Amino acid sequence: MSMAAGSGGLGMTPPGTALEMVGPSPRAKRKFELSRFIGPPIVLLVFVAIWQYMHVSGMRKFFDKPGFLLPSPFTVVNESFGHALARDKLLNGVKWTAVVSLIGLSFTIVVGMLLAVIMAQARWAERAFYPYLVALQAVPILAIVPIILSVFGTGLLPRLFVCAMIAFFPIVTNTLFGLQSADVGQHDLFTLRGANRWTRLWKLQVPAALPAVFTGFRISAGLSVIGAIVGEQFFRGGSKPGIGIVMESYRQKAIYPQVYGGIILGSALGIAFFLIFGWLGRRVVGNWYEASGRS
Amino acid sequence: MTATSTPLQRSGAPALRFSNVSMVFPDGTHALAETSFDVFPGEFVTVVGPSGCGKSTLLRIASGLNPATSGSVTVDRSSLGYVFQDATLLQWRNVLRNVELMAELEGIPKAERRKRAQAAIDLVGLTGAEGKFPKQLSGGMKMRASLARSLVLDPSVFLFDEPFGAVDEITRERLNDEVISLFQRNGFAGLFITHSISEAVFLSTRVLVMSARPGHIVADFNVPFDYPRSPELRFDPAFAELSGRISHELRGAHS
Ligand SMILES: Nc1ncnc2c1ncn2[C@@H]1O[C@H](COP(=O)(O)OP(=O)(O)OP(=O)(O)O)[C@@H](O)[C@H]1O
Ligand SMILES: [Mg+2]
Repeated sequence: MSMAAGSGGLGMTPPGTALEMVGPSPRAKRKFELSRFIGPPIVLLVFVAIWQYMHVSGMRKFFDKPGFLLPSPFTVVNESFGHALARDKLLNGVKWTAVVSLIGLSFTIVVGMLLAVIMAQARWAERAFYPYLVALQAVPILAIVPIILSVFGTGLLPRLFVCAMIAFFPIVTNTLFGLQSADVGQHDLFTLRGANRWTRLWKLQVPAALPAVFTGFRISAGLSVIGAIVGEQFFRGGSKPGIGIVMESYRQKAIYPQVYGGIILGSALGIAFFLIFGWLGRRVVGNWYEASGRS
Repeated sequence: MTATSTPLQRSGAPALRFSNVSMVFPDGTHALAETSFDVFPGEFVTVVGPSGCGKSTLLRIASGLNPATSGSVTVDRSSLGYVFQDATLLQWRNVLRNVELMAELEGIPKAERRKRAQAAIDLVGLTGAEGKFPKQLSGGMKMRASLARSLVLDPSVFLFDEPFGAVDEITRERLNDEVISLFQRNGFAGLFITHSISEAVFLSTRVLVMSARPGHIVADFNVPFDYPRSPELRFDPAFAELSGRISHELRGAHS
């Protein structure tokens, strides 16, 4: 009976009052969407205009170089994508680079996350691995090319190795940071019920880590494209040419428009990866994750 | 250590017993000194004391989260509810799944824990909010979810660490009504921490006053009012008189 009295008191709280305060007002939302769609094209337009200006007179004026070194954006698009021959060459290149970076990235994600889980288990494990992680990040690829060559030979493997090396660090550090981000009070809850290490990992640390993990994915996805292209440069033989090799062969023949076309495709690949993982992250944690600061 | 009155309804073995519990943290902070008291089944004991005197430490030791430096605690931890000062909900779980958590960790089958969670949610007045995530809840709703989460295991000993310190006055009074009806319904042994004397008197069968650090019990008041307690009790002269005496002890404890 007394319970009913209590519930009656609670029932008076208008449901949803607090909920309506959450999130931006519809108007703010609409403004945000608009700026999202209008902003990028404007920046692109300005960029293309400056580019065209540099081609026509800027190169000569500021750098005393001939304009053909920086072909007009229209020439670039036309020469790279207007003709079947160049287009196929570039597209096949970027396709292969995409495949290499995806394989490299998947490998990096699996190994990197496993390492992060191990490092999250104990302070000493973290301390033991961290210096080598930093070293891996700092070592210049060029310096170890001979070693990679002698271990992996030519072909796909050395390219994958370079790709993984470049993309590794952000995955490990972000996952580790995420695994350690569950707060003390939440850990206390699990301690109270005598939860073991696995339960704690699966039900507390891993879910708590997801936002940071996706941040790591996003950064590493972009880096994996760079890694794949860098890898191609050093290990040309034994596998199909990626976009980096295609660009290099055009450059050697002093055909510049296609070089820039390659740059555009390479960046587009990086952006695509970034967007895909951003989207995936929002799908997975968007419901509950509240980014601190303004979104 | 003066016991100013003898509690009325004590029988059998205590549900929670502190015997000469002392706590010195590794950094040398002396938080508790030789603290002893019992909480019997059907008792609702509230501890008030100066900030930093060791109240939270007391609960952490009772729950086993921290071991005491010396002395002993007797309690059945398999049936312990603990409501923290913060709601500590898991952000990635909705209300229903948060409330289920303790039962899940206890290995209770899914269907059974769903049922219990739903009952606890209805009990604390969160019906309809089962699918909401913590970021969508107000402070009061979060505390209710946290309360429901502890209720699912139907604890026989219930620890509350200043659970309503961060909600407004009216919400706090409603949540107090809620705790009282739970207390009457489930008959647990309650140990409640608060800074509010009126909350202490309103909820409890007994109020303990702790000294400044190192904390120990300096006064023990019996609260003679019948349950269920109506909101008007707060304006009763006897209520004011008892509050005044506790307040007086508390001022003494500060110095
Ligand atoms: N892990 C710790 N290490 C060292 N000192 C601690 C630790 N936890 C608490 N203390 C100290 O022990 C004393 C008692 O802390 P406790 O949290 O129990 O106080 P409290 O009575 O709950 O205070 P409040 O009313 O402000 O919540 C404080 O001086 C605090 O600084
Ligand atoms: Mg405290």
